[in-house]
Amino acid sequence: MSGILLLEQALNGLQLGLMLFLLAAGLTLVFGIMDMVNLAHGSLYMVGAYLIATATQASGSYWWGLAAGVAGTALFGVLLEVSVLRRLYRRDHVTQVLGTFAILLMCNETVRMIWGSQPLSLNPPAALSGPVELLPDFFYPAFRLLIIVVGLATALLLYLLVTRTRLGMQVRAGASNRDMALAMGTNVQRLFTAVFGLGAALCALAGGMLGPLLAVQVGMGESILILAFVVIVIGGIGSIRGALVGALLVGMVDSGGRTLLPMVFESLFGAALAADAAPAVASILIYVLMAAVLFFKPRGLFPAHG
Amino acid sequence: MHLPRFAPSRLVLTAALAAAAAGAWAQSTDPVRVGLLSTLSGPGAGLGVDIRDGFQLAVKLNGGKLGGRPAEVIVADDQANPEVGRQTADRLIKRDKVDFMTGIVFSNVMLAVGTPTFQSKTFYISANAGPSQYAGEQCSPYFFSASYQNDNMHEAVGKTVTDKGFKRVALIAPNYPAGKDALTGFKRFYKGEIASETYTALNQLDYGAELSKLRATKPDAVYIFLPGGLGINFIKQFVGAGLSKDITLFGPGFSGDEDVIKAVGEPMLGMFNTSQWGHDMDNAANKKFVAEFEKEYGRLPTLYAAQGYDAARLMDAGVRDSKGKLDDKAAVKKALEAAKFDSVRGAFKFNTNHFPIQDYYLRVITRDTKGRITNRTLGTVFKSHADAYATNCKMPGL
Repeated sequence: MSGILLLEQALNGLQLGLMLFLLAAGLTLVFGIMDMVNLAHGSLYMVGAYLIATATQASGSYWWGLAAGVAGTALFGVLLEVSVLRRLYRRDHVTQVLGTFAILLMCNETVRMIWGSQPLSLNPPAALSGPVELLPDFFYPAFRLLIIVVGLATALLLYLLVTRTRLGMQVRAGASNRDMALAMGTNVQRLFTAVFGLGAALCALAGGMLGPLLAVQVGMGESILILAFVVIVIGGIGSIRGALVGALLVGMVDSGGRTLLPMVFESLFGAALAADAAPAVASILIYVLMAAVLFFKPRGLFPAHG
Repeated sequence: MHLPRFAPSRLVLTAALAAAAAGAWAQSTDPVRVGLLSTLSGPGAGLGVDIRDGFQLAVKLNGGKLGGRPAEVIVADDQANPEVGRQTADRLIKRDKVDFMTGIVFSNVMLAVGTPTFQSKTFYISANAGPSQYAGEQCSPYFFSASYQNDNMHEAVGKTVTDKGFKRVALIAPNYPAGKDALTGFKRFYKGEIASETYTALNQLDYGAELSKLRATKPDAVYIFLPGGLGINFIKQFVGAGLSKDITLFGPGFSGDEDVIKAVGEPMLGMFNTSQWGHDMDNAANKKFVAEFEKEYGRLPTLYAAQGYDAARLMDAGVRDSKGKLDDKAAVKKALEAAKFDSVRGAFKFNTNHFPIQDYYLRVITRDTKGRITNRTLGTVFKSHADAYATNCKMPGL
């Protein structure tokens, strides 16, 4: 058990956590402000990744691809909100779940029709495909480092936007008490369209950052959507701060668990059982975390409402 | 309009010919139905696509026929999901009434689909999955592997790694039946120390945690069995983390195959892998297969494509040598066991458990004469190699 291993795991956890935050931020605001359960949130992540991969292939530059894909997904998000989702706000949660699940299926099939069912390849820019030496004898992949930097910068910008601007004030007001915000003259409808577009852009950014690391494929939104929901439930629905803390917690527990648990199991129960049990236990660790948080704080760590 | 005039004798002859043709027609256009259930979406999609393309190429080159009867191939996607695989197999067997099943990539899907397939007395010709269960105690007269037994390729790497003098090797495989078979096979022929043994989730695509562990354990080689997109991601991330400088990467044939090379590129150069086939193997059947595959699909075939192709050719032999009487299960089984077809891998015959006895080769990834990055076959690791489970198989009757 070396210090370097711990440090590298911490960086991996930070990297995963920040990406989850990009997804959870939009999801928690939609849930918090409009009381809307949006299962199609992961589809924005998938659409973003596909648009970025396609634009990257067309332009030959990852950066142009990223810019075009993020803009395209924001536009797609706004169109989706104006055309369909707007009609679901006043319905109950079950209707919202069914409606947005339908959108999720339609997005998957449409993407399959356009791009086919095989994963697309999206490569990081050549300059970032190797490792960098952070400490003497400690190398870390350059692209993962970029993800951390982009994630931190986005979190900071989002924090400034929410705490220092008029739009942010309205968002916070809408999240903690929508009726009062309405009564005070906030145009919640327009505010919400803007929030939704921003959420879609954040999803696309996460898709573009994780695409080269994972794979751009149909259904990639679902697995990450579950993690994003876990994050906002842990953090408290409607809270940006909660989303950040929750995302970092989930990221750390998930990547830490995958390395540390097999070691712990091996020293306690021997190699044979560790090989069988440790991967299984590691994969449920974040749900155990969620259950533990909800046991002590049923409304999450930083609930936005009251 | 000028009508042709027939003499009465010619009329009779034509009628007789038509009647004869109709008789033959009734027999030969009753198609052989094949359920090709494979993984066509998700990270394993490339593998299923290659099996499908290889299979369909063989049928096409055969004039759309199997054993002289028209072939009807019904393609379905199992999504690498045992539950979906089982339901789809039920549909193919009960509704579409297929004569043969084939195509499954992943062993966990194979184990889910096997039982209902064998119970319905449908022959399964494996174009990839070869779980140890079906090679040993659960062997079935309805299961034939046109590929290999899961452990085999890994046994060949284990021997190669030992022969090359590596002393501390880390092992990584997904936590599913073929992953367990893989590492068991590797360890059967590897004599050195095992630095670590890691099982990952079958849908895992981010190997950050595993790579940090490798960095900390400092093995001198790492052996991965990560099929399809899993391996592509692992190798990219392995190189990205700078580990390729100090740790030699070994894999089975699939992890160093053309699909992985296409996705990863230069970093693959110099990687050793083992396989029962190579596109540069010098035999007539293989030369024809590789040339036709490149012409049809514009890419080099992978091991999966070769196995799909051979599965179709084995099926062709089975129908032909049982005289097309597919209801006579004993005749079909006998015809399949004889395996009278020219395999693209050269020597091929069945063991008593319906798994092949064949040669395994060492390949290395280099630039070929055209400057392409691709595999070159170096030499033979095992000659006429059988699997370790055949003695446990008491082949039941039909």
